[in-house]
Amino acid sequence: MKLPENAEEILEALWIATVEKGDNAAPFDVLKTSADDAALAELVRLSYVEIKGERVYLRQEGRHEAMMTVRRHRLAERLMMDILDIKGRQGDEKACEFEHLLHQGVDTKICTLLNHPETCPHGRPIPPGECCEQARHSGEVGVVALTELKAGECGEIAYFSTTDMKKMQKLMSMGVLPGCELLLTRSYPSFIFKVGHSEFAVDDELAREIFIRKS
Amino acid sequence: MSDQRVGDNSGGLPQILLVGNPNVGKSVLFNALTGTYTTVSNYPGTSVDVSRGTCEIDGRRFEVLDTPGMYALMPITEEERVAREILLDETAHLVLHVVDARNLERMLPMTLQLVEAGLPVVLVVNILDEAERIGMQINLELLQEKLGIPVIGTAIARKRGVKELRSVIADYVDKRTACFGYAADLERDIEKVVATLEGEYRIKPRAVALLLLQKDEDLLRIVQESEGDRFDHIVATLNEVTFARRSDLHLRINLERKRVCRGLLQGVISEEQGRRPPFAERLSAWTMNPVSGGALLLIVLYFGFYKFVGGFGAGTVVDFLEGTIFEGHLNPWMITHADQYIPWYWLHELLVGEYGILTLAIRYAVALVMPIVGTFFVAFSIIEDTGYFPRLAMLVDRIFKRIGLNGRAVIPLVLGFGCDTMATMVTRTLETVRERILATVLLALAIPCSAQLGVILGLLAEVPGALFVWSTVLIGVFMLVGLLAARLVPGERPMFYMEIPPLRLPQPRNVLVKTLTRMQWYFFEIFPLFVIASVLLWAGKMTGGLDYLVRGMNPVMRLLGLPTEASAAFIFGFFRRDFGAAGLYDLQNNGLLTAVQLTVAAVTLTLFVPCVAQFLVMRKERGWRVSLGIFTVVTALAFSVGFILNRLLLTSGVLS
Ligand SMILES: [Zn+2]
Ligand SMILES: [Zn+2]
Repeated sequence: MKLPENAEEILEALWIATVEKGDNAAPFDVLKTSADDAALAELVRLSYVEIKGERVYLRQEGRHEAMMTVRRHRLAERLMMDILDIKGRQGDEKACEFEHLLHQGVDTKICTLLNHPETCPHGRPIPPGECCEQARHSGEVGVVALTELKAGECGEIAYFSTTDMKKMQKLMSMGVLPGCELLLTRSYPSFIFKVGHSEFAVDDELAREIFIRKS
Repeated sequence: MSDQRVGDNSGGLPQILLVGNPNVGKSVLFNALTGTYTTVSNYPGTSVDVSRGTCEIDGRRFEVLDTPGMYALMPITEEERVAREILLDETAHLVLHVVDARNLERMLPMTLQLVEAGLPVVLVVNILDEAERIGMQINLELLQEKLGIPVIGTAIARKRGVKELRSVIADYVDKRTACFGYAADLERDIEKVVATLEGEYRIKPRAVALLLLQKDEDLLRIVQESEGDRFDHIVATLNEVTFARRSDLHLRINLERKRVCRGLLQGVISEEQGRRPPFAERLSAWTMNPVSGGALLLIVLYFGFYKFVGGFGAGTVVDFLEGTIFEGHLNPWMITHADQYIPWYWLHELLVGEYGILTLAIRYAVALVMPIVGTFFVAFSIIEDTGYFPRLAMLVDRIFKRIGLNGRAVIPLVLGFGCDTMATMVTRTLETVRERILATVLLALAIPCSAQLGVILGLLAEVPGALFVWSTVLIGVFMLVGLLAARLVPGERPMFYMEIPPLRLPQPRNVLVKTLTRMQWYFFEIFPLFVIASVLLWAGKMTGGLDYLVRGMNPVMRLLGLPTEASAAFIFGFFRRDFGAAGLYDLQNNGLLTAVQLTVAAVTLTLFVPCVAQFLVMRKERGWRVSLGIFTVVTALAFSVGFILNRLLLTSGVLS
């Protein structure tokens, strides 16, 4: 069963407001809805949500569905920005349109393609799906952006996602190349990593475009 | 490329070029080879330093050139561009590629490129002692055999290997046989491009082809010049090859070089695992932690700048030179003699009068500015040589991004505290035009140069709270203007990447040479302006033009709540930032300023106008339109801030 698109948007906003921001419910304006919204009525009918006065509560029955909509949205963002290289406002918009197509296993396919990412390009967590759990169990080694490595972790540089020649040239001329072993030593205020016996600093924008095969 | 060549006055000596990454010990090697006599000058048309010297080996004399650090034959920064220009423009007897033994694998690809280009290369594997200390063993004979060029291991800082290197230079016979094969498909591509080239190049066609495949823009221009009509065909071939590969050839070529280098190093390096970390590494980690790094920064600022530059340079040394030498002995002596022997009033005034060349220009330059700027340059060079600046750049990058700059800009901005004029020139090392403009604005507005800073700090220190108000306002204006400018100036957003060199103890000789070079520059560039300013002021006084200007400023002074005597300080301030500050000093000494007035004057004067020299450099670097724009904005802003601050201080009663 697939919910209408605006019902998914409401669930997504509700998840962010309650689970991630810690409120117990969210008012209509945060959810960009109103009492007479058909999509909201549908969610109430499915007992996913509950309305008390001006505020909407997420019910236990709706939690999984809400989590999955958030997951689809953030996977879509990753796809747009990392693979298709559509950045900025346009990337956000396309991700919003695209997320509603990620049903019935498509999200799993994309999640696997992206190596089960843990955060969206804005740094917010992507709720893990079954595929992620399975991958973890079977010990699959994923490729992640440098921004997702923790200080002290190391791996091999897999590829650069940037299409900007100049940026790649900078990294490469410093000797930072795919195939190099890399050790992240700091992630704040900049990303500091070691390749061989040399240390390099890059900002998070550049770090987001360096992909690492964890070891 | 520039017409003037670095090697022009070498007297026809065969040249030895030192090339390599930054921080591999090139300048230490340079000093070891050339001994005491060296000159450091800007490469024609740029602000990039190039050191030059001569050395004698086995009775033969050579000219030695130390090029700026470069990572690859394909330039990105101004420095790398200069390095490549020297490399390709000069006909070198020998190119010494200096590498860090610990990072041989990473640096060897550039050796490959140099050999490919057909240059007479000798590989100098430096810092061997450090490599051994961390348990690396390098079989240099094997590497030499595989590379087909002379390879020599050194630890120059410990004088190890210098003798051997000298004998390699003396015995060098140009064979240039080495060639490194890439993957078959890549070789076919290279051949295809080589076949289209007919022009004359300094480097081998194979190297030209590789750079073209990597889309090197400068080289593309050179090829266009020397190939003429055939150029279109070459571009077509390049595009065809690139499309046929469906991948980035730049990356491909780099990976291929890495593969070749790994092969070359097979059996050459053996590494023991699991030693150290020594103290330097732990210290390095502290410098990059925001908390301990911040504390360390304060310590560096306090001892390096406040105590050493402010206390020792601007205090002790200035007091001695200005008070004891000039005021106590030289000036009275000169004035008595002038009174005796110079009957003409105008000449008397020009030499020893209120704005006299001897009593004003030379006294300011020697007694006031030299000690402050000199101590600043010493502190700056020491800090620079420890490798601290890249760490500072990394710490402030996030904050600097907000004002449209990246962490790299911290270096010209800090240098601005020494001399804004020189710093404006150094903004060239920033990558985008936008960053350069933003840094120029901030330097013109909110960064006081050391001479001005020294005098102002000395003045404000006497009034409790004034220093706090002054620095708060300046930091506020700096951030505000930065934030606004970052939004208003169009262009690419900056990006930050940097190699962090290991922390090192600075070499006294290196520090000395750097400091002297900078002071030499300062004197040659700035000293004539002191004299000109003093002559202009003198002319103004003799003709009454100065009075006219001062009267013109009076209403502005009244708006700022300042006594009209302060007008002169502001007018002087345009000639030299520190003239203005010194004018303030006189006012304060004569008891003409209240605490509020002193603070308002200090703030306005600090913000107000870059001095003549800085303005001229701004015009040279950024053009008339931009520099006039900056000038107007800065002036308007300085007086507005002064006006508002005066009102605020008076109504709130702070400082009064
Ligand atoms: Zn997101
Ligand atoms: Zn997954």
